[in-house]
Amino acid sequence: MFRNHILVCGGTGCSSGKSGLIFQALEKRLKDEKLDEDVKVIYTGCFGLCASGPVVVVYPEGAFYEHVKVEDVDEIVSEHIIKGRIVDRLLYKDPTHQDDIPKSLNETQFYKKQKRVALRNCGLIDPENIDEYIAFDGYQALGKVLEEYSPQDVIDVLKASGLRGRGGGGFPTGLKWQFAKDAVGDIKYVCCNADEGDPGAFMDRSILEGDPHAAIEAMIIAGYAVGAKQGYVYVRAEYPIAVNRLNIAIEQAKEYGLLGSNIMGSGIEFNLDVRLGAGAFVCGEETALMTSIEGNRGEPRVRPPFPAHKGLFGKPTVLNNVETYANIPQILLHGAEWFSSMGTEKSKGTKVFALGGKITNTGLVEIPMGTTLRTIVEEIGGGVPNGKKFKAAQTGGPSGGCIPPEHLDVPIDYDNLIAIGSMMGSGGLIVMDEDNCMVDIAKFFLDFTQEESCGKCVPCRVGTKRLLEYLEKITEGKATLKDLEDMEELSYYIKDSALCGLGQTAPNPVLSTLKYFRDEYVAHVVDKKCPAGVCKALLEYFITDKCTGCTLCARKCPTNAITGAVKQKHIIDQSKCIKCGVCQDVCRFDAVIKQ
Amino acid sequence: METKMINLKINGIPVSVPAGTTILDAAKKLNIRIPTLCYLRDINAIGACRVCVVEVTGARTLIASCVHPVSEGMEVITNSKRVLDSRKTTVELILSNHDRKCLSCVRNTNCELQTLADHMGCEDGKFAGVMSVAERDETTPYLVRDNNKCILCRRCVAACSQYQSVSVIGANNRGFDTYIGCAFDKGLNEVPCVGCGQCINVCPTGALRERDELDDLIDAFNDKSKYVLVGTAPSVRIGLGEEFGMGMGHNVEGKMVAALKMLGFKDVFDINMTADLTIMEEGTEFLDRVKNGGALPMFTSCSPAWIKFVEHFYPEFIPNLSSCKSPQQMFGAVCKTYYAEKLGIDPKDMVVAAIMPCTAKKFEKQRSHQSAAGVPDIDIAITTRELARLIKRQGISFTDLPDMPFDTPLGIGSGAGLIFGATGGVMEAALRTISELVEKKPLESVDFKMVRGTKGIKEATLELVGQKVNVAVASGLANARELMERIKSGEANYHFVEIMSCPGGCVNGGGQPIKTAYVRNNEDIQAQRAASIYNMDAAMTLRKSHENPVIKELYTSYFGEPNSHKAHEILHTEYVKRDNY
Repeated sequence: MFRNHILVCGGTGCSSGKSGLIFQALEKRLKDEKLDEDVKVIYTGCFGLCASGPVVVVYPEGAFYEHVKVEDVDEIVSEHIIKGRIVDRLLYKDPTHQDDIPKSLNETQFYKKQKRVALRNCGLIDPENIDEYIAFDGYQALGKVLEEYSPQDVIDVLKASGLRGRGGGGFPTGLKWQFAKDAVGDIKYVCCNADEGDPGAFMDRSILEGDPHAAIEAMIIAGYAVGAKQGYVYVRAEYPIAVNRLNIAIEQAKEYGLLGSNIMGSGIEFNLDVRLGAGAFVCGEETALMTSIEGNRGEPRVRPPFPAHKGLFGKPTVLNNVETYANIPQILLHGAEWFSSMGTEKSKGTKVFALGGKITNTGLVEIPMGTTLRTIVEEIGGGVPNGKKFKAAQTGGPSGGCIPPEHLDVPIDYDNLIAIGSMMGSGGLIVMDEDNCMVDIAKFFLDFTQEESCGKCVPCRVGTKRLLEYLEKITEGKATLKDLEDMEELSYYIKDSALCGLGQTAPNPVLSTLKYFRDEYVAHVVDKKCPAGVCKALLEYFITDKCTGCTLCARKCPTNAITGAVKQKHIIDQSKCIKCGVCQDVCRFDAVIKQ
Repeated sequence: METKMINLKINGIPVSVPAGTTILDAAKKLNIRIPTLCYLRDINAIGACRVCVVEVTGARTLIASCVHPVSEGMEVITNSKRVLDSRKTTVELILSNHDRKCLSCVRNTNCELQTLADHMGCEDGKFAGVMSVAERDETTPYLVRDNNKCILCRRCVAACSQYQSVSVIGANNRGFDTYIGCAFDKGLNEVPCVGCGQCINVCPTGALRERDELDDLIDAFNDKSKYVLVGTAPSVRIGLGEEFGMGMGHNVEGKMVAALKMLGFKDVFDINMTADLTIMEEGTEFLDRVKNGGALPMFTSCSPAWIKFVEHFYPEFIPNLSSCKSPQQMFGAVCKTYYAEKLGIDPKDMVVAAIMPCTAKKFEKQRSHQSAAGVPDIDIAITTRELARLIKRQGISFTDLPDMPFDTPLGIGSGAGLIFGATGGVMEAALRTISELVEKKPLESVDFKMVRGTKGIKEATLELVGQKVNVAVASGLANARELMERIKSGEANYHFVEIMSCPGGCVNGGGQPIKTAYVRNNEDIQAQRAASIYNMDAAMTLRKSHENPVIKELYTSYFGEPNSHKAHEILHTEYVKRDNY
């Protein structure tokens, strides 16, 4: 019986902040103090409040320590564990707090409005220990299904729950499983899409690192429901921790008879293997993913036939996203009504978002569908830091669009986001402030999709290249208004004609920024200016009257572009300036500005 | 089983087609020809180029009509502004990354991209931007790949992997930097490319072309010290006319001879004659193997791409190949030995050209053990396409030419020699001779119809002097591979096998006139051209190789008898195992 539990976050963010060393140091110190029988240290998955990493939480008090360093371990053990005195200086300070009274985790602004369903075990259990998963109702759903439900019953529950695919497509999961179940064939497959390629998205990574059994359990249930005996998890190779924890979890599940033949004595067989990606974003597209597993070049193919009828190796296949799977055991345990009581009319349940960009509380959040963007940005996210103004939020990664301030009160769900020109996507949510240039943002995403295009169809292969060239022209101040018109026309063409989702959605960042921030584009084209001060080619560094003639900038300038006598106002020669910004960095008088 | 009929509307017009039909094929029924580019029936139905897109009511985006099956009540629009603008933009985008030096391109006036640009009303210079730049692959003696003209339709990849199961080319890199090439960026000469040229046949642009030997030929014509003569393969005479607007498979033998004479060849001979010679040598070789326990099954050896295929992929079967040279090579060998002696000229001063439906012949002529007189048997092997270009270049009015006969003495070929051009032809020619030789009585019917037809693999069992003889015929190397696997596994027990690399045989060879995808998708090129050959054979009086007077004369006065020592030295060759990568 442990009197204390110390949870150390082992998500990728905190791991790179050396939380692994913190974990080892804690274990060692406790052993030295002969407290290792009384205090348990657990290396868990992602807590979500990545901005505070490395994170350590001590129970039973629930003291949430942030920015912990290895050097703090001694104090945590001596003060908190041994003497029972919470280490105040390490406690998480909610930036929006009115008072100094420490609140429990669930009362903080960050966690208050979250509802952790897919993430329920992340930050709670040791993902490398199947017993902890089982202790928190793990594999109960599987047991219930194998005991009491027919395959059709399972699908009916999913349909009633209203669960829609969390990978971005939002297709009703129950319906997808029904198609696969109804497809004729003795051999069927269940696949999990863990390729998570959107820049800035780490929802699936966190689930696999923090609670891999949730996905495994769901896949076994899927196999039972549709009649498949083999499953594959396709994970991107850039997630080594997730791959490792997944492999450990699979081995442990096999040992416990939860994978393999005669699962839980039911006579049902299901095997699960991991397949690694090789660095292609396009392999997150369902048909490209499947052909990649088959050993081919990862290119999407036309549909029909749809994967539910002819998927992996030409057989009926269910392919769902990690987060979709993570919801399923709980839906089966608590019932369809419990799940559909959360969310909006057409978008039930919760959604995990990876909050990034210009926001105070960067990290992982899970909120009921229907929560407004304002709540996410101002409350949960803690607002835009440094006193800057919110400009836009980008959802859906390179396939999505920007949401301007006028739509901050839109309740987030699949259909509402599409209606305002964006999309849910897999859950990346990047906040932008007045210092972001929307043209530059569009260019960033196009750069990505252009790089990742598989090259099979003309609209995407050549179209996105030409689209990017338009954007480059604009940010370099070389474009005309006709170019803007042509660029918009080209965008609609690509959306309409490309073979797969990558191409069809690649122009979305362009179209949505054009819709809400057209004046910014016009400024680049007509005035040859970047209002946000980002596009280098359109900026000039300029020395104001604040200059004291200290000559520091002139001495630091790598191209000798600054001239001026001692104690005289200095001048930058624009023809020599390479816009490196060193002069602004070194000036102690704020005399160098960008305009 | 009744096929369900589907009712739909295209541009408001109702049409009814069997379930499984694509929108493209349904539209054809209404005389609506939706333009396509990457679509090749059965082997490249990938919906990649997006040229064939149409509007389907209720669909979110435009749909590729070449692959999308019709459904009950579907409403398709093929000609709305949305569709036409999309098609035009697609072609303009392709053009924006294409080497547009059409005027000097080998496919000028016969290029599918040109035709599309013309039909779509494309603007010039739209979407100007960065272009991919590639170096040409000129590493083989038979083909040139120019990726600056490639539009990445993947038809060549499909032909190489689906028709031929050779699979040496594929897409490398991704996105805008995608290019078609070999593994590890090797040249075609470093991978098991067999030279069949099927990739050239299906390429819509000038990205793939045969190596042109016309300059060598013209140099030879202008060298007064050389005696330049030519022989023509069976399939050329039914393909050449297509390059001059004449019908598919139209027999232009007489005009072909007339044109060749006008070009300046001293003698115009018929390689059908050496096809007959091949039958004599090969038939005798076969009977010898049967009698004396030689390697069986015996495989024919007239298809150089097939030979290279065996050397790369099935070297253990090299002993099974007939040691006979191909008709082309036998022709060169006979010219530079028998004929040179007759003329009293030094074989070094003789230039022997061959007109072939084949690109692999350009590789074959420079193999070792193909120099009976100490100099290469064949100096120049040009394709049907090159001949057509030369005729046009010289300003010969081909279609007006009168028919002229081949020259003597090497200008007589039998129907058996002629049918070498079609799949099953070599087998039938061989059976005509072998049957009469062993049965020692004339055949009732010279037709062996069981080995005819364009089916990829044909099998038959015949009875000869009370013995069962199992024969097989395959065309297209994927079919050849299947046959080889059956033989390897012991599943099949053949005595004699004919293999032609090109699907349908030489009539569809890699050097024949190039047909557009529309023709390939909707007409049976193999059957039409082969039918011409069989019709010509049926109308001939001389239909058996062993009855050819030229053949009889060659043996009486020169070789003695088939498989004699002299015949072996001059008319037979050797093969070599080749590495793959």
